[in-house]
Amino acid sequence: MKLAGFLLLLSGWGLVLSAVVLLASPPPRAAFVLAGVAVELLGLVLVVRTHLLPRGERERGERERG
Amino acid sequence: MTDAATTLCILFILLVPFAGAGLALINSGLIRSRSAAHSMLASLCAVAIAAGMYFVCGFAIQGYAGGPEHVFWIAGKPWSWLAAGPLFLHGVALNGSPASLVVWLEMFSVGLAALIPLGAGAERWRLSASCASAALLAGWTWPLFAHWVWGGGWLAQLGVNYGLGRGLVDTGGAGAIQVVGGLSALSITWILGPRRGRYALHGMPTALPGHNAVFVLFGCLLAWVGWIGLNSAGALLFAGVEPGRVVLIGVNTTLGASAGTLAVVLITRLRFGKPDASLSANGWVGGLVAGSAGCAFLTPVAAAVTGLIAGTLVIFAVELLELRLSVDDPAGAVSVHAVGGVWGLLAVGLFGHFPAGPGDGDQWLAQVIGVATLLGFVLPLTYGLNRLLNRLVPYRVAVEGERQGMDLFELGAGAYPDFMTHRDEFGQR
Repeated sequence: MKLAGFLLLLSGWGLVLSAVVLLASPPPRAAFVLAGVAVELLGLVLVVRTHLLPRGERERGERERG
Repeated sequence: MTDAATTLCILFILLVPFAGAGLALINSGLIRSRSAAHSMLASLCAVAIAAGMYFVCGFAIQGYAGGPEHVFWIAGKPWSWLAAGPLFLHGVALNGSPASLVVWLEMFSVGLAALIPLGAGAERWRLSASCASAALLAGWTWPLFAHWVWGGGWLAQLGVNYGLGRGLVDTGGAGAIQVVGGLSALSITWILGPRRGRYALHGMPTALPGHNAVFVLFGCLLAWVGWIGLNSAGALLFAGVEPGRVVLIGVNTTLGASAGTLAVVLITRLRFGKPDASLSANGWVGGLVAGSAGCAFLTPVAAAVTGLIAGTLVIFAVELLELRLSVDDPAGAVSVHAVGGVWGLLAVGLFGHFPAGPGDGDQWLAQVIGVATLLGFVLPLTYGLNRLLNRLVPYRVAVEGERQGMDLFELGAGAYPDFMTHRDEFGQR
């Protein structure tokens, strides 16, 4: 999962670079750059999730604290 | 550069070390007293190693606009990806020329970037490991991105080559210094894991308050002075603004920090009944960080709005990282420097006013591409390199070190030997 997240981060950046190089018209270029950023955000979410503490631990703690 | 601009630039560069002193005090004040001396020594070592690595190879990678560089061509456009400068500053005349001023400012800037991860890894990051990581940051990651932004690299050339405004605008280093340092801090917290006892109660965070709010708040005032120097020198050297514009930069820097801290004071007062000193300090530095990118190109009102939003973002980012994402970051380095810096870069695209000239369109897109490069390239690179380094030089201190405190365990003496320390700080958790 962690590796997949980092690969998505790199892929999103690749999409951004490709949009800059290959697309000359501003609207499609902007759309593809934003799509690349969205892919990066997906990757970031994956990486963050792999670094969370186990869910069971957290929920038990929240219940005990009311 | 005119003589007046050179003189002003030298004066402003002289102020930059105050920013480092401020960050070191903030990092030290926000942790427990049993690791305070360790934190300050780690700061000194990080600055020393960063300066050394920049001298050895950092400048060779970073270079300066118009200097020798490695370029490849894609679809008829040049992409400068790495400078081809001399190692050990060989042949660089340190005589007040623009290139020599770049060397001087960047040597201080890389030290500043190396200080940022120390706040995130405090109380559990071994001194030798933090030094090795600082060497990695100053010798490779930081100069590479700094070349792209400040050394005439491909991000700076997005305007000339692809009509995206003026290319990535990052006058005072919100991206090149702060976000690079902040993402390094995030990688370090992930690799180190939380402090012992931080999430002891079934994953819920336990408060481990800092030991000296006066250090923290005085550090904010020092950082303010340093940031004025950093932003002004950066604007003169990298944005080519006329000397008179430093007045606007000083006003904008102050307004950004003020709005950032006032936002946090107000929000914490409304939410918790009392203003929170450490979060307010984070809001101050968050405002400074966010204002760095566009300090020379924002109106004072826009600078204040940028700082206000930065302060608000910082407070919620601290909560999100600490409570929901299990990121134990004692100094709030990720929230302040990474989140604040990203917002600062985007704010230039939203609020920036530039003198009329070629490449007036799509400045926002250039800023988004800069942010995408930080997230999509710098973060994986930093994380990967630090993971590898962690195998060679284990980052995390032994359990006994966390129990005793880093001062006693690694330095053999506490920061405050004549004072009574809190007994519970030394208790087994």
